Amino acid sequence: MLEMLLSVLIVVGALFTFIGSLGLARLGDFYTRLHGPTKATTLGVGALLIASVLYFSTRGEGLSLHEILVTLFLFITAPVSAHLLAKAALHLRVRSIAPPPPEAEDPLADTRVRAGD
Amino acid sequence: MLSIAVSIAFALVSGALLLSLFRLLRGPDKPDRILALDTLYINTIALLVLLGIHLSSSLYFEAALLIAMMGFVGTVALCKYLLRGDIIE
Repeated sequence: MLEMLLSVLIVVGALFTFIGSLGLARLGDFYTRLHGPTKATTLGVGALLIASVLYFSTRGEGLSLHEILVTLFLFITAPVSAHLLAKAALHLRVRSIAPPPPEAEDPLADTRVRAGD
Repeated sequence: MLSIAVSIAFALVSGALLLSLFRLLRGPDKPDRILALDTLYINTIALLVLLGIHLSSSLYFEAALLIAMMGFVGTVALCKYLLRGDIIE
C-alpha cells in the first residue's frame, strides 16, 4: 500500500517536472514561458519531496524532516525569482505575443477629453 | 514496483533537463536564459531527491539544500544585473 502511494507520488512529481520544462521549451513568448517552471515544476518537486519524506520516515529510523527545509526554501524562493524575472523582462521590453492593451498607447487620452468638456 | 517508478521518474526528469538545456541554448532573450538556468537547478534538485530514494541514502539532501540556496542567489544576482546593470550598488 505504502509502496503504491510512493510510486504514484514519484511518477506524478516527475511528470509535473517534465510538463513544466516542456512548457518552457514549447510556449510562444517569455511571459507565457514563465508559467511552466514556476508552477508545474514547483508542484512536481513538492510531490517528489513528499514521497521522499514518506520513504525515509517509514524505514524505522524516525521522522525524516530534512526535506521540509528544501520544500520550504523552494516554495518561498520560486515566486520571488519569478517576480524578479518578470520585472527584468519588462525592463528590457521583451517581445510579447499578446497585443498591448489600448490604454497603454495613450494613458492620458481619457482625462484630456474630460478636461475639454 | 518502486524501482520501476523511480526508473520512469529518472527518464522524465532527464527529459526535463534536456528541454531546459534546449531553452538555455536557444533562448532569444537574456531573461529566457536565466529562466532556463533557474529550471535547470530545480530539475537538479528533483534528480538528487530521486537519487536519494534510489540509493536509500539521505546524504543527498544536504546537496539539494545547497543547490536550492545557491541557485536562488544566482537567479537574483542575474536579475539584478539585468535590471540595474550592477549587482551590488
